[in-house]
Amino acid sequence: MTPPGRPPVVDGENPRRRRYGWLLLVPGMLWLVVFFLLPTVQLFFTSLYDPSGSYEFGYAMTWRFQNYADAVRDNWDLFVRSFLYAGITTAVCLLLAYPLAYAIAFKSGRWKNFLLVLVIAPFFTSFLLRTLSWSAILSDQGPVTSFFQTIAILPDDGRLLATPVAVVAGLIYNFLPFMTLPLYASLDKVDPRLIEAAGDLYSSPFTGFRKVTVPLSTPGVVAGTLLTFIPACGDYINAELLGTTRQYMIGNRIQAAFLRERDYPVAATLSLILMLVVVAMVVVYVRRAGTEKLV
Amino acid sequence: MAAAKATTTAKQPGAGTRPAPARSRTTAWRWLADHLVLLVGIGVLVYTFIPIGYIIALSFNKPTGKSATAQFDAFTWSNWQSICEPDNLCDSLKTSFAVSLTATAIATLLGTLMAFAIVRHSFRGREASNLLIFLPMATPEVVLGSSLLAMFIAIGFNGLLGFITIVIAHVMFCLSFVVVTVKARLAGLDSRLEQAAMDLYANEWQTFRLVTLPLALPGIIAAALLAFSLSFDDFVITNFTAGRTETFPLFIYGSKLRGFPPQLFVVGTLMFLVSFVLVIGVEVWRRRRRAY
Repeated sequence: MTPPGRPPVVDGENPRRRRYGWLLLVPGMLWLVVFFLLPTVQLFFTSLYDPSGSYEFGYAMTWRFQNYADAVRDNWDLFVRSFLYAGITTAVCLLLAYPLAYAIAFKSGRWKNFLLVLVIAPFFTSFLLRTLSWSAILSDQGPVTSFFQTIAILPDDGRLLATPVAVVAGLIYNFLPFMTLPLYASLDKVDPRLIEAAGDLYSSPFTGFRKVTVPLSTPGVVAGTLLTFIPACGDYINAELLGTTRQYMIGNRIQAAFLRERDYPVAATLSLILMLVVVAMVVVYVRRAGTEKLV
Repeated sequence: MAAAKATTTAKQPGAGTRPAPARSRTTAWRWLADHLVLLVGIGVLVYTFIPIGYIIALSFNKPTGKSATAQFDAFTWSNWQSICEPDNLCDSLKTSFAVSLTATAIATLLGTLMAFAIVRHSFRGREASNLLIFLPMATPEVVLGSSLLAMFIAIGFNGLLGFITIVIAHVMFCLSFVVVTVKARLAGLDSRLEQAAMDLYANEWQTFRLVTLPLALPGIIAAALLAFSLSFDDFVITNFTAGRTETFPLFIYGSKLRGFPPQLFVVGTLMFLVSFVLVIGVEVWRRRRRAY
């Protein structure tokens, strides 16, 4: 942002303001420490309780790291399914959102802001209602199922609802704007003259796209894939409303362990494993994509 | 690509002898190549509106059974005239509004202060602060909700679960999004405008009120709208921290067992229409401002 040669000091003239500026940070930081960081630490302790205790009679703190091995062993399939579904969701969202974001950024002219509103408009209605609506659309009597049966993609007794396809379709739908908006934000910053320059230098439109547009949109791709992948991993609404227990993801298990079974050590262990895996993936991914400034 | 190449050759001398039908085919190709992205984009947009169409249609449905189903049975206006008829539906909406407005106000205020601190001031621990702001966004909601619940239980907050704990949770997850949004706006501002104001003998407060705040305002409004929509629509974290209090998303979820009243779809339609009008309104207002 700052032109070379000019030091990036904003309040250089006023040392008092510079010294106390960080005070603005305190209330918000306190909120995050008390209601995010402490609970996470607390979750860590809960995950080491002796699982033979119960909600009514309390748990004994036994520093039982064995809980983690047990949790992974017992819920291996759920973890794999969650990351698989989230991965497919992210890939398909990228495929759908890129043309959309590209069209809005470069091809929409004065309709740009209106199209942006249209991108987010469907997501003003409740997440749950939208998912319910999909369960109606994909239901056995619904239009999509009968259409697929007519053109013989599905057998006559085939279903869409209560299959992995329905769950992943729901995830894709619900997280699409999280991909579209960051992609648009970085595509919109691409100077169209750079793409023209590529054409002037005899690159084909495709080469120009591959060598100019795509690299310049990397920050958007990284942000978008993260914003899609992270919530998709932990989601349990789509699996619950569009799938069956056979499509359940790790979120369903955590939710049930916390709210129904009240098996807090198991729930805490699973939560922490999910959090650690996601954060680790995010860190590796951001490093490899070389956009550490994202944070 | 072939189309692009063909037109490049067409520009060269001698290309005028090309037979007419071939040329019109090239034009069609070129049109398609030019508009392909736009067409795909519009296709994706149409796809995102499919469930909205369903929700709007079902809001006029008169279900044969007690619960609204996938099937459209008969047209009726009655759902629109009896929005509050299902038990607790309107109460849950009121709760949702109260929760979201409170959480939005707190999160926007605290988040904006944090964004100013981070963009405008350098201090030790800025990187750590950035990390702490980023982490809640990188944590799945189910983990955020469950860890808060675990803590509330551990400190004996069981009886207090309700409005306060929901607001606490909502402010927590909205904060990061507010900071990121306002930060993006502040980073794009030219600090020389403020220096100019100071040069013209404005004091610090005047500079902030007359220069900085108006410039940052679009970012702050965007952040508040984002926080409100995140908060209003949140189900997962609320489900963990609500106790017996029922917000609108919790009401919908609870209807899974009771049967979905068709009025749900009326509320869904209204949510869509109201926010659509609101956003268009803000857009028009911003355009007016920019015209000055």
